[in-house]
Amino acid sequence: MILPVLGLLVGLILGSISPVLIPMAYAKFFSIALLASLDSVFGGLRAAMNEKFDNAVFISGFFTNALLAAFLVYMGDRLGIDLYYVALLAFGFRMFQNLAFLRRHILRKH
Amino acid sequence: MRNIKQGRWSIACVCMVLGFMLAVQFRTTEDLKHSLPYQRVEELSERLLQMEKERDALKEELDAVKAKAGENSTDSELKLRADLMPLEGPGVIVRMDDSTQKSKAGENPNLYVIHDDDILRVINELRAAGAEAISINGQRLVGTSEIRCAGPTLSVNNVRSAAPFEIHAIGDKTTLENALKMRGGVVETLKVWGIQLEITASDAVYVPPYKGIRKYEYAEVAAEKEGMK
Repeated sequence: MILPVLGLLVGLILGSISPVLIPMAYAKFFSIALLASLDSVFGGLRAAMNEKFDNAVFISGFFTNALLAAFLVYMGDRLGIDLYYVALLAFGFRMFQNLAFLRRHILRKH
Repeated sequence: MRNIKQGRWSIACVCMVLGFMLAVQFRTTEDLKHSLPYQRVEELSERLLQMEKERDALKEELDAVKAKAGENSTDSELKLRADLMPLEGPGVIVRMDDSTQKSKAGENPNLYVIHDDDILRVINELRAAGAEAISINGQRLVGTSEIRCAGPTLSVNNVRSAAPFEIHAIGDKTTLENALKMRGGVVETLKVWGIQLEITASDAVYVPPYKGIRKYEYAEVAAEKEGMK
């Protein structure tokens, strides 16, 4: 479990020292992408607890989920449908479900 | 857990990307909060609140002073003449609202909106018909009152209000009503543009007092000069 945490830390440090800033216009899409990827990571953890973890599924899910979420929100913006909140709700809901599952699983183990 | 071990490098990579995104998002949000427009809005709303408080306090003070002044003064006749007394009597209430008609293509949509000159014409007609006291949306008309468009609103006594406009006028009700409704008069002209004008005659029309302050900064009292215009 040390390697993922280390990766997270490296990413955090890289992100905070790099001069990249998301422009205002794209902040919405980026935040949705972030939420989608957070959801995928929790989903992956849950799959791991279930011993159903699949590397390919996890990696592809992480990137496509994030990109697709951002793209859909962008399309929604163009079409005048505010998909931002829909994605927010769907991903947020799933994330909390996954979190609850993880918590229960860990409690049962110990 | 065996499967996890197999994909631990990929998970580490994903976690790194996630961490990067998190950090960037965090910094972006921080940056947004410190950006100029955001700060300015906060500053302005704070100032607005402060000013409103100040205004309320001053209003209360004014009311207290007025109440005190009213106790021992017998100059209500003077105050009446200076339009500083609330009045009530028979008269008319005119309600004016923007047109409900849609402007035709190629036509100036401004024609269908109430303007200062429309109100001025109504006021002029009312005065010609002998109105003794007039107010627009609760603002008493005095000698120095202005009636003019201020953007989409109307400014009277430097107080702005939006449509619908309610004009209270005290006077002979039938004369006032007929003056507005006469053939070729104000009402008929405004009806062409679909501007809604509703006149109600009433026996108890209330006209509030003038609430502003009048100062004579430039004018000085002079002796009357014969023959001077």
